[in-house]
Amino acid sequence: MAINWFKYSAPSTFYALAGKLIPWFAISAAMLFAVGLYIGFFVAPVDYQQGEFYRIIFIHVPASILSMFLYLVMAGYAALGLIFNTRLSAMMATAIAPTGALFAFISLWTGALWGKPMWGAWWVWDARLTSELILLFLYLGYMALHSSIDDPRRADRASALLAIVGSVNVPIIYFSVKWWNTLHQGSTIKFSGTSMHVAMQQAMFIMLAACWLYAIAIVLARVRSVILERERQTKWVAELPEVRA
Amino acid sequence: MKELTLFGMLKLVVQRDMTLAMRRRADVLTTLIFFVMVVSLFPLGVGPEMEMLRKIAPGVLWVAALLASMLSLGRLFSADHQDGTLEQMMLTPQPLAVIVLGKIIAHWMVSGLPLVLIAPVLGIQFDMQMETLGILILGLLLGTPVLSMIGGIGAALTLGLRGGGVLLSLLVLPLCIPILIFGTAAVDAVATGLSPVSHLSLLGALLVLALTFAPWVAAQALRISME
Repeated sequence: MAINWFKYSAPSTFYALAGKLIPWFAISAAMLFAVGLYIGFFVAPVDYQQGEFYRIIFIHVPASILSMFLYLVMAGYAALGLIFNTRLSAMMATAIAPTGALFAFISLWTGALWGKPMWGAWWVWDARLTSELILLFLYLGYMALHSSIDDPRRADRASALLAIVGSVNVPIIYFSVKWWNTLHQGSTIKFSGTSMHVAMQQAMFIMLAACWLYAIAIVLARVRSVILERERQTKWVAELPEVRA
Repeated sequence: MKELTLFGMLKLVVQRDMTLAMRRRADVLTTLIFFVMVVSLFPLGVGPEMEMLRKIAPGVLWVAALLASMLSLGRLFSADHQDGTLEQMMLTPQPLAVIVLGKIIAHWMVSGLPLVLIAPVLGIQFDMQMETLGILILGLLLGTPVLSMIGGIGAALTLGLRGGGVLLSLLVLPLCIPILIFGTAAVDAVATGLSPVSHLSLLGALLVLALTFAPWVAAQALRISME
């Protein structure tokens, strides 16, 4: 059976598809959040070294992973939009940016909350913290550029170029910050060595899946709004039942 | 008429931009004075202990150079954009990337090179030793062109936008962090008796990378901004 993938690259058909998909992703995300948090809080044992404090990793680690992953996805969509001039790809890129920035912020915030009892400081100029902060800056720059250009097509293409330049730069920034860190200070306390308890691993993977599904659901919801906003002059939008009502 | 070669075109653009810059020397001087002032403010902020000043000098000089290079980036394309020259440049048979490279080189010569030349004086104010000072200058010489290159991409993307200056810094500064790190790390390495070659090599590598790709990306950005 041949599937016509291009069918859903049109905003009008994708709008309907996204509307159908959102509840599935949202409900499964909610269920996985519930399960993951339950395992994380009640099943996973107390860490012999860090006590109860370690439990913040169940949100911290998924948020960090997704903040980095979403930047690549965003740059990928931006590149697609720039190369093939598809409207929907550019809309997806703009819809992903706020969620990515949110995850980067959550990652920094929870990291600070964890760092205070563990390292005795809210903020340490650790390589990972610093590169995460720079990642947040990159997201903010992308959104600022996009929102300061009035013409949506120019905004899409200019910010797409920025996202691609940023994604080339991300590894360079990461490694430079890493070397900078090892140069300037000795290794700080590291969360090292000991293999994780099975329940901890389970909770973390379930939370990762939950955050992932949440990100998909929220991006689809946001891209639906973007589609409506951009296509408001078209006939198919005017004929939508939710628009007519 | 003979068609211009790429190098001929490059030379022509650099000459033209240099001539224009020399007719407006105040712009060049403002960047330089800004750089000197920012650097001079630091001892007032952190106190006059020489030990401390010697330690922070490379970082201060690099950050100040970074900020000063942001200051003049807005002018890179805006004048040509306003009087329509940029559109004519885009219509020439020579690739736009070459013209952009020429403009970036000229921009570096009027805004980056003066900073490099005045840096030794400021370094001496901070009681830097000769060998660390030499490495700092070498690093600045390798690094400031990269700042102009990355800045050129940002300037092209924000051409003609409201609040372009602040936006430009927001876009460009995070991308410049590696330059800052390697530039200061090279000086620190010398100060602690290590070899600065690896950091300087990395700066050189970034320069090659930027020279290869940045003019092309900036040219694409200009096309997006101009359509």
